[in-house]
Amino acid sequence: MTCEYDLYDPSWCPGCGNYMIIKALKQALEELEIPSHMAVIVTGIGQAAKMPHYIAANGFNGLHGRALPPAIGIKLSNKDLTVIAESGDGDTYGEGGNHFIHTIRRNINIAHFVHDNQIYGLTKGQGSPTTAMGQVTTLQYDGVKVEPVKPLALSLTMGAGFVARGFSGDIPQLVELMKEAILYSGYAHLDIFQPCVVWNKVNTFQWYKDRVYKLPEDYDYTDFNAAYKKAMEFGDKIPTGILFKVEKETYEDRFEFIKNGPPLVDAELNPMDAEKLLNDFY
Amino acid sequence: MNYTVLIGGAAGQGMDTLSELLTKSLKRYGFFVFKHSDYMSRVRGGHNFIQIRFSDKPVYTYEENIDIIFALNKETIDLHKGRLKEDGIILADKEVSEENNILALDLEDTAKNAGNSRAMTSVGMGSIIKMLGLKSDKALKVMEDTLKESILDVNMNAFSKGYEMVEKRFNLDSMNDGRILIDGNTAVAMGAAAAGCRYYCGYPMTPSTTVLSNMEKWSHGLGIFTEQVEDEVAALNMALGASYAGVRAMTGSSGGGIALMSEALSLAGIIETPVVIINVQRPGPATGLPTRTEQADLRFVMHSGHGEFPRMVISLRNVEDAFYQTTRAFNLAEKYQIPVILLSDQYLADGATTTVPFDFKKVKIERFLHEEKLPEGRYKRYELTESGVSPRIIPGKFEDKVVLVDSDEHDEYGNITESAQVRKDMVDKRNKKGALLESEIQEPWLIGVESPENLIVCWGSVYGPVKEAIELLVEEEISIGALVYGDIYPFPIKLLQEKSKSAKRIIDIENNSTAQLDGLMRQFALIKSDIKILKYDGRAFSIDEVYRRLKEVIE
Amino acid sequence: MDYTILIGGAAGQGIETVVLLLEKTIKRSGYNVFTYKNYMSMVRGGHNFMQVRFSDKAISTYSTKVDMIFAMTAETVAFHKNNLKDGGLIILDENFHNEENFMHYPFQKLAKEIGNEKVVPTIGFGVIGRYFGLDKDIAINTLKETFKDKILQLNLEALDKGFDLTETNKQLDKREDKNIIINGNQALAMGAIAAGVKYYCGYPMTPSTSVMSYISGKSKEMGIVVDQIEDEVGALNMALGASYAGTRAMTGSSGGGFALMVEALSLAGILEQPVVVVNAQRPGPATGLSTRTEQADLRFVIHAGHGEFPRMVITLRNPEDSFYQAARAFNIAEKYQIPVILMTEEYLTDYMTTTKPFDFSKITIERNIAEPEEGNTERYKRYKYTETGVSPRLLPGKTKDTVVLVDSHEHNEYGNIDESIETRNSMMRKRMKKLDGLKDELMEPDQLGVDNPEILLVGFGATHGALADAVQRLSSEGMSVGALVYGDIWPFPDKLINSLGKNADKIITVEQNMTGQLESLILEKTRLQIYDRILKYDGRAINGDEIIHRLNAILES
Repeated sequence: MTCEYDLYDPSWCPGCGNYMIIKALKQALEELEIPSHMAVIVTGIGQAAKMPHYIAANGFNGLHGRALPPAIGIKLSNKDLTVIAESGDGDTYGEGGNHFIHTIRRNINIAHFVHDNQIYGLTKGQGSPTTAMGQVTTLQYDGVKVEPVKPLALSLTMGAGFVARGFSGDIPQLVELMKEAILYSGYAHLDIFQPCVVWNKVNTFQWYKDRVYKLPEDYDYTDFNAAYKKAMEFGDKIPTGILFKVEKETYEDRFEFIKNGPPLVDAELNPMDAEKLLNDFY
Repeated sequence: MNYTVLIGGAAGQGMDTLSELLTKSLKRYGFFVFKHSDYMSRVRGGHNFIQIRFSDKPVYTYEENIDIIFALNKETIDLHKGRLKEDGIILADKEVSEENNILALDLEDTAKNAGNSRAMTSVGMGSIIKMLGLKSDKALKVMEDTLKESILDVNMNAFSKGYEMVEKRFNLDSMNDGRILIDGNTAVAMGAAAAGCRYYCGYPMTPSTTVLSNMEKWSHGLGIFTEQVEDEVAALNMALGASYAGVRAMTGSSGGGIALMSEALSLAGIIETPVVIINVQRPGPATGLPTRTEQADLRFVMHSGHGEFPRMVISLRNVEDAFYQTTRAFNLAEKYQIPVILLSDQYLADGATTTVPFDFKKVKIERFLHEEKLPEGRYKRYELTESGVSPRIIPGKFEDKVVLVDSDEHDEYGNITESAQVRKDMVDKRNKKGALLESEIQEPWLIGVESPENLIVCWGSVYGPVKEAIELLVEEEISIGALVYGDIYPFPIKLLQEKSKSAKRIIDIENNSTAQLDGLMRQFALIKSDIKILKYDGRAFSIDEVYRRLKEVIE
Repeated sequence: MDYTILIGGAAGQGIETVVLLLEKTIKRSGYNVFTYKNYMSMVRGGHNFMQVRFSDKAISTYSTKVDMIFAMTAETVAFHKNNLKDGGLIILDENFHNEENFMHYPFQKLAKEIGNEKVVPTIGFGVIGRYFGLDKDIAINTLKETFKDKILQLNLEALDKGFDLTETNKQLDKREDKNIIINGNQALAMGAIAAGVKYYCGYPMTPSTSVMSYISGKSKEMGIVVDQIEDEVGALNMALGASYAGTRAMTGSSGGGFALMVEALSLAGILEQPVVVVNAQRPGPATGLSTRTEQADLRFVIHAGHGEFPRMVITLRNPEDSFYQAARAFNIAEKYQIPVILMTEEYLTDYMTTTKPFDFSKITIERNIAEPEEGNTERYKRYKYTETGVSPRLLPGKTKDTVVLVDSHEHNEYGNIDESIETRNSMMRKRMKKLDGLKDELMEPDQLGVDNPEILLVGFGATHGALADAVQRLSSEGMSVGALVYGDIWPFPDKLINSLGKNADKIITVEQNMTGQLESLILEKTRLQIYDRILKYDGRAINGDEIIHRLNAILES
């Protein structure tokens, strides 16, 4: 049995934050000793969403905006799998916004890593849901005219039990955050800053580096109000680390036959088991 | 014998419970029963009516003429008295109407005396059973089986008072029962349960919702994960995730919800992940008529989704067909790793009818999963094979093997590729499955005479009225028969080609305005219909209408 | 004369720059230009190439054989050297391995001397320009339009160095230039702007995005709201809102995004709300091949949406057609109060070609918005029954004491929910009645070649150029061949094909898909027998060469 995750060399642009994120992801999975055939990476479409092609895990590379729904279907069908949903900011907070909100409500046990570079990469430089107001892009010639989404504040207020932020420029911290998110029992939201070297000339590596700071050792991540304050901090200083973490019952545990039974995928299928349904119709 | 009872009133007057009790009672007395509901899209008010037809011979649909009208409001009498047979009777509370030919009873006060004015419908039921000349035992047993304890006594009491209130009018004897009473959506859900579906998700949308609610009801007993999800876009994507993980998965909706699944249907096509989807049609476009019926989504589901990929479309003809075809759909989906779409409609979905109990022993679960040892090296999810079908494994079940599915064009491993050759190979591979699928398709049912001069073509639930109308016309020695399509895409052409040769005219009968089946016949068999009988007012065909319109064109 | 230069390399190496400079300079020298673009779905790396074809005669497609290859990577040579004509030339950097017939130049060394490695494309442009004898002044002007300030200086220097590297081999004399050079999406967007579009919303999706970005670039100047929104479900619903309120509205996407608009398309049908929707096709299913081409959404678009309602589908054949049809689409949408879908495809969205400047004076704007009746105090009937099925359309807020109600349910003439049999029947007939008028508007397919051909090729959309090329070349060899190329395709214009098809020996369809979707329409609507089919679905565009080659194979078998 192998816990090796190396596969192909990715073909992102040199300097792309995705290189660091995939490195951290492989390291996290290897350190957690999750066998590669028991891990599934589920993505949408975008540069970040190419992840399953570069890592030796099971992969479901689905539709733009739709990383979460298949991830939910997979986890409920086989609770033994480690399920990681992974996609970019446009994919997750734009096209997939509704799924994001409702997945938090479920609190299903999956880790969700959002590569947040505040721009659309694959489609070449349009504003994303996290692009700052006023920023000029390849489409918004006159500057973005809508407020950016505040992803961590959104997931917090929706009731997420694990809310964190990482930065592709700090791999050791990112590895720890990913491990915590994977180990967390429930929906874990990890927003990861990464520079897009080609299309975002505002939020560069240096821009992030100048702003991010680690939450102090004595920070109480069970304090919702403190977490909310930190989630709204997005200026000269931006905190990284686990903003909020509490224990909550998972979605799958609310189904007795999933909680106490074997994974659904292992159920013996026999039509005769259902024959008793006829009794109500005589 | 052949009778129809119509119950009419406003939403919220208790017609649902009454019709359920009465239908089931008539079944228990041993009759063949067909219940047809005509609802408006409202929670309260409006005019709704339910027709219960029963006979000592099999019945397949509803009739226009009525023997007993039980009117809960005046409107019911005004709207339907024209359809009353000569010896028919209208039953109503004295407050509703006291016209001459109406049996105006003291229903409400009687119910009050029995303990609750809401039990008025049970008083009426007692009267109806008595008028039919039936004993009260079986009806009372149905009440016992169905009603909550808290309201049981009141209603049984009310029933007895109603029973005593009137005189016998017809002389019916009970017969042997042994059938079940079931509607189309429940039959579909039961088929899914029998086929080992373990994941059903959907978003409420009339008239598909009862598939979801039945699955939910059976969820814990059978270990079926059922969820009402945030939207239909999510529903199909989730079902695909579940299927990828190895579970038999299904979702369903009506046209508008299926429209939102179009993108994910295309995903199912390229990731070659089996899934079963039911579209319970209602009249469109858009919201249209939510509680009514139509067959206008055939071309839409045949072509839904961008790009080209094989799929199968099966239309459901009656409740029995609904059960067995649903179980078959799961096997076909897994055998060919494709989406299979079941087409039902509101008329079939809601119409309860008696039928021989489904034979669960006949249901086979064939999963076609690869279980033998795999060759060394990376697993090829999209291995190019002669049949186009690649060995499918479940993620997590083979040590050191991972399963990669991809919505981009991909190579055999599932990795993105842009090579022109691989692209061509993969399109050909997927298309081969479509060609193979053609060997699975079932020809339409042939009913009526063997080589009819008047050849009807139709599909799905139009089966019922067409079947009974043909029986009437054959009795008149008219050479008439019908091809009733179940499997409809890929389109079976053999029987059509054969029967069209001897036919003097081909008559297309459809519940839509553009004759979609006719288009398929032209496209796939270069055969066109001569006459089209189309109906798109949101109502299903009755026997009478089919009979009348056929007579017009034949003569 | 008819030359083709292929420029190949990885994403990010500046292929686009060389091509842009070449296209403009050659066009301004008075020649017809056709650039075929071949991208991978990557921001960086991979293998991309573009082919610039130019001639003093009309050209409508790309050519398989090339006269020159400018290779920015060794891979380019490996991929394309077999396409080189006899006597053709490959130019590449001296650092690459040395083989005969190749011309090696110190591109990178010179770029370093200039002080910026990004000028390699311009040095290459200089070499090509000199080789073909292009006017240096025109080249300099092109550079001045493309670059600014310090970067311009560097590139001017690079051009000089490039010009000095080689000798003139072909002499392209300067001719009069009256054309514009444009791609399909720019032309489509321009058509929409000419037609007075005031609201465009969409979500980025290749290859449709450039419609939105072109209009966005003109947003301020032309007063057009361009909104990049959360998803495609939102897009069509928003456009319908804008249309209801009275502006000319448009949205667009590629197949996957269009799939998300399917429900709202049905809404447009029952609301009878005019709207123009673009589907820029790429190969599916699902994500498929994002940057490549196909014509596989035809049946999907014709039948998209639940229920039955009239719509019009127009496939676009070239940039000129894109311009005029886009403008016409708005008139038809408003005349019949229906959705009109413009189908383009990646090949057409990206290829650049010279064409006659569009004649804006030919564009008429016919809104068909009703005048309120004087003194009429009755409640306004948005869905009034009329002979044509088209009801007088008023705009909300524009008529005193009049409100406008549209409804997604089945409704009565006022737009109020109505479930009666009579209303349902009348409304279905009213909506479908609009098809009668629409059928009279249809333009029969473009007929190419001889009048009554023995061999009748039938295609639609962007294969127009390739078919024109093939028919012209085969006719000149004496073959009795013609083609019908559909633009308007739904409702299906069947007159011309019925008349030509009955007389033709063989009908052969040419389609960029695998299942023969046009063929299925011909069968359904005419029941004419199809002799054979030329299908291509590898994501690449078909050209005249391939049609000729495959047609010959069919005729010989």
